Amino acid sequence: MSDEVSATDDGANDEADAEHPVVVRDLAVSYGDSTVVEGVDLTLEAGSLVGLVGPNGAGKTTVLRAIRGVVERDAGSVRLDGAPLETLSARAVGRRVASVPQETGLSFAFTVRAVVEMGRTPHRGRFEGPDASDADAVENALARTRTTAFADRPITELSGGERSRVLLARALAQETPALLLDEPTASLDVNHAVETMALIRRLVDDGRAAIAAIHDLEMAARYCDRVVVLANGRVRAAGPPDAVLDADTVHEAFDAEAFVGRAPATGGRAVTAYPSADAAAHRVHVAGVGPETARIVARLGAAGHDLSVGVVPAGDAAALAAADVDATVVSVPPFADVDESAQATAVELAECAAVVVAVTDGSGTLTGAIRERADLVVDTADPPTDETLLARVAAAAGSDA
Amino acid sequence: MRVRRRATLWSLALSVVLAVAVTVSAGVGPVRIPPATVLRVVANAVAIPAGVEFGTAGAGPLALPRLGVVYQSPFAFPVDDTHRRIVVLVRLPRILLAALVGFALAAAGTVMQGFFRNPMADPSIIGVSSGAAAGAVAFIVSPVALVGTLWIPGVGAVDVNLSHGAGVSLFAFAGALVAAFGVYAIATRRGRTPVATLLLAGVAVQTFLGAVISYLQLQAGESLRRIVAWLMGHLSGATWSEVLVVGLVVPPLFVVLLGYTRELNVMLLGESEAQGLGVDVERTKRVLLAASALVTAAGVAFAGIVGFVGLVVPHMLRLVVGPDHRVLLPTAALAGGTFLVAADTVARAGATELPVGVVTAAVGAPFFVYLLDRREVYEL
Repeated sequence: MSDEVSATDDGANDEADAEHPVVVRDLAVSYGDSTVVEGVDLTLEAGSLVGLVGPNGAGKTTVLRAIRGVVERDAGSVRLDGAPLETLSARAVGRRVASVPQETGLSFAFTVRAVVEMGRTPHRGRFEGPDASDADAVENALARTRTTAFADRPITELSGGERSRVLLARALAQETPALLLDEPTASLDVNHAVETMALIRRLVDDGRAAIAAIHDLEMAARYCDRVVVLANGRVRAAGPPDAVLDADTVHEAFDAEAFVGRAPATGGRAVTAYPSADAAAHRVHVAGVGPETARIVARLGAAGHDLSVGVVPAGDAAALAAADVDATVVSVPPFADVDESAQATAVELAECAAVVVAVTDGSGTLTGAIRERADLVVDTADPPTDETLLARVAAAAGSDA
Repeated sequence: MRVRRRATLWSLALSVVLAVAVTVSAGVGPVRIPPATVLRVVANAVAIPAGVEFGTAGAGPLALPRLGVVYQSPFAFPVDDTHRRIVVLVRLPRILLAALVGFALAAAGTVMQGFFRNPMADPSIIGVSSGAAAGAVAFIVSPVALVGTLWIPGVGAVDVNLSHGAGVSLFAFAGALVAAFGVYAIATRRGRTPVATLLLAGVAVQTFLGAVISYLQLQAGESLRRIVAWLMGHLSGATWSEVLVVGLVVPPLFVVLLGYTRELNVMLLGESEAQGLGVDVERTKRVLLAASALVTAAGVAFAGIVGFVGLVVPHMLRLVVGPDHRVLLPTAALAGGTFLVAADTVARAGATELPVGVVTAAVGAPFFVYLLDRREVYEL
């Protein structure tokens, strides 16, 4: 799959590569005998934010470390601004990419300003004092990350959120074309996480490039221009979040069942993951409307069942969920009467399904024709848990067969 | 900018303290000499180049024309000649050697603590002290006396006698460097030297050399007393040539270390982060290790094992000036010099002279306990 990805998505030639801040080709890294990443291709263009997503141990951090030259590569190439990594000194690398670690090991009472000033290290000669450009870069970095207010406080006295902003400020002071962020939001509460991602987004919009290892898929979908899905050290998929973050990819990469919908507030992908149930897939027809029906459709879809849904009013929560799991949907316009042909289609779909689930909510959309065929009736007043639902569907399918 | 100013001001202040300590110390001893007299003696001894003279060097057919510089002292304070001799020939070399050794050990200790990110690190951690001890003890025990005459063209015959202090120092110096290099070589794989491996390799080498030293002590016979004195650290019998040697070795290396203070700060973040900030971590580690090994070796070669200076002084100064190595390194070094001058003054002030290592340990250990009690050491 990664080959296909590199051919279609990163299909730039070497000349074009020269202009990109970071180009990784066919990267392989191993620790001792175990291969951590293999065959990874990745291109970071100026002014873009690439999300590196994948489960723990997928090799996200290793890829970032390989780009900085901190781990040895077994194979493949890394080019920074067109220059092969192996030809660059540590100083030269430090002027091309800045990295923001998850946490700093710094437990010493350096002031925030002193820590940010460390970002100037690759720009200064051994015995040179800081000059005006250093001072400017430091003040800019402090201002952009809104850390100026506590610039003279020891970093040891800051909260986790403040510390992570200081680390970002330090990377900004490095004034590199590319930023590498390792889980920039992992230790942050939700408002700081969003604030940090928005800041990174603004920096990218101003022309920098950034790669962020992110485990929060919705965050990745919302802020990244492209996502690269890593699993078991290989690229599973790469491309715009809408194209890449689907239930299959998430299932394959994370070994979790997932419902990938659309977050109404952001319009981005909303990923709901479930523990893997590993149940056999069946043809299931769901009849019903409303949020509870939508939940059941999402869960059954995530579990891999082949769904049909109807009759539902277009725009109903159940209809949207059905569309997100690629179910066959029989819908009628909102507030319209259920017409004969729609009803007949729904009945036909129900007839050929192994299991028919009826969700009763008394709205009248659910006609007797389907309810009669229902193997499983769910009352919205007393909804089953996900586990119960899946078990009952499996049981119904078993008795049918 | 502010960091530079802080570093300069602190360094100036501590230099003054060091100068005062040296002056006061030169007055202490069986013959009490007032500080004013000491200052006059020092002023009289200051020599500035005043002119040139022509002469010949060598003899007979090898006689060569030679240009000589004439020195003259601008001062001629009236000073008692006995006082002058005591200060210039006996006390000053010892005091200055103490200052240089303390300076060297504290500087190396500061670097090692930052390098290892470990508050318990001191210059001996990479085997330097054990190596020096093994070299010195081996020399003292061995019956070889390196006596001979070297003929150096242009200079003439030079009598070389390594049977005493100079030989011990030479062997100690060599032993220190061999041990440090051994530790480095053991810990280095494929161009990388992980700090944890280095620490453990240091422990292994120290333990091994400890066994060697113990065995040699058993075989020492009459030399045992000398060995014990050396191992406890001593500054008695210091000569100007020793001061000159240490004075030539330590300052240039200290300048090298000063050039790496920013890297040392960044290395406190961890090696991976330091690399990300454009520091060539492996090269920096090699430079820091080599420079601090040489600095320590120069110190212990002449003064023996003086404990606790390299461990405690950096901690004390960290409490005062903070963790920034740009300020910490020069101040800790100067304070180390002052500390050892003071400790040695105490050591020789009593009726019987104590080994200076006994004094530094006796002062240093309780202070360390005090630090532990305040939990400051956990923060490096």
